[in-house]
Amino acid sequence: MLSAEGLACVRGGRLVFEGVSFALPPGDALLLRGPNGAGKSSLLRLLAGFLAPSAGALWWDGKPALADPAEHRARLHLVGHSNAIKGALTVRENLRFAAAIAGAPMTRIESALGGFELTALGDVPAAYLSAGQQRRLALARLLAASRPLWLLDEPDAGLDAANRAHLTRAVAAHRADGGIAVIATHRDLGLEALQVLELAP
Amino acid sequence: MSGAFAAIVRRDLQLGLRRSADSLQPLFFFVLALALFPLGVGPAAEVLERIGVGVIWVLALLAVMLSLDRLYHADAEDGSLDLLAQGALPLELVSLAKCLAHWLTSGLLLVLVSPLLAILMRLPADALGPIALALLLGTPTLTLIGSAGAALMIGARRGSALLALIVLPLYIPALIFGVSAVEGEVMGLGGRAQFLIQGAMLLAALALTPFASAAALRLALE
Repeated sequence: MLSAEGLACVRGGRLVFEGVSFALPPGDALLLRGPNGAGKSSLLRLLAGFLAPSAGALWWDGKPALADPAEHRARLHLVGHSNAIKGALTVRENLRFAAAIAGAPMTRIESALGGFELTALGDVPAAYLSAGQQRRLALARLLAASRPLWLLDEPDAGLDAANRAHLTRAVAAHRADGGIAVIATHRDLGLEALQVLELAP
Repeated sequence: MSGAFAAIVRRDLQLGLRRSADSLQPLFFFVLALALFPLGVGPAAEVLERIGVGVIWVLALLAVMLSLDRLYHADAEDGSLDLLAQGALPLELVSLAKCLAHWLTSGLLLVLVSPLLAILMRLPADALGPIALALLLGTPTLTLIGSAGAALMIGARRGSALLALIVLPLYIPALIFGVSAVEGEVMGLGGRAQFLIQGAMLLAALALTPFASAAALRLALE
């Protein structure tokens, strides 16, 4: 259960948003909407414990989530704008590294590759991937290590229709397992039973 | 947790090997800059021998400093730092793992070529061992101290000049004791005390700098 109460964020002396409250029980998802600059990415980084809120509180299972940011970050995946891919490593090596530092076993690497149609590209250096393929590799990390909270910042950027469907399926499966997702996107991903949060600039 | 530590070291070594042109730059700088000295000051043995140890140390210091840029910069730029911060390993150990990989691809190489360069500077044969030992103890200290500076400089544009300003003063003790250890050995005075101080500085850096680096990395994550 992830809940927020009156979260506010000030960056560079400017109030980005304030009064953000929600409650997400296991299996729920929150869709962040709002024009560019409304603070969707800032909110996601705040939920990931990278930014301290200037007001408000964040709770995980009834305990303050940000009391120990490192512990909080170990239960989530944040897929931000940058894909965190090393071009000199192959697709499989990139994914194995992500699983290793997440402390996850290597047993789910192949199914994670398959989940975003990357199996055939497994031994290709990631530098040769297209933008959409790199995005898929970043998303495959979600499947390589199992974590209860997914924070996705425009996860569908550069994805074709088939892979958007894979993403939708992955999020649905994650929720069916009791996972929580917070997703910032401008497009309709076809997800069901979403809470929606509108951020105004 | 140890798996995550090993994974970071292995990845950085792999990246170093696959971009060997980049990772060998400090070594090339070290060798080429040193090779200029006999040309600049003349091949007279007494001059070279007098300045040799100091020159080798100053250039080792600069070579390590030049390579600090790649310690965190690329990871911060491509988002890998976010990924590392979400990992099972505390940032203190992340920075230690990255320092280990960095030292293996920079400082260790300098140690390995140092006997050859000592010959180039016409140092006596009994200086070769002490030089290698002094660099073996000193270069990890340089990497560790530099790591804190490099972590502070993440996101700073044209950070390398500022990095030199921050890091070079902190390198002075390592330089003084590194040089005097070797010179003590060469002059027959013994360098044991200086080697021990070098070892103490390395242990202190190992114990303290990961916390400084991690604090700076946390700032960079905001």
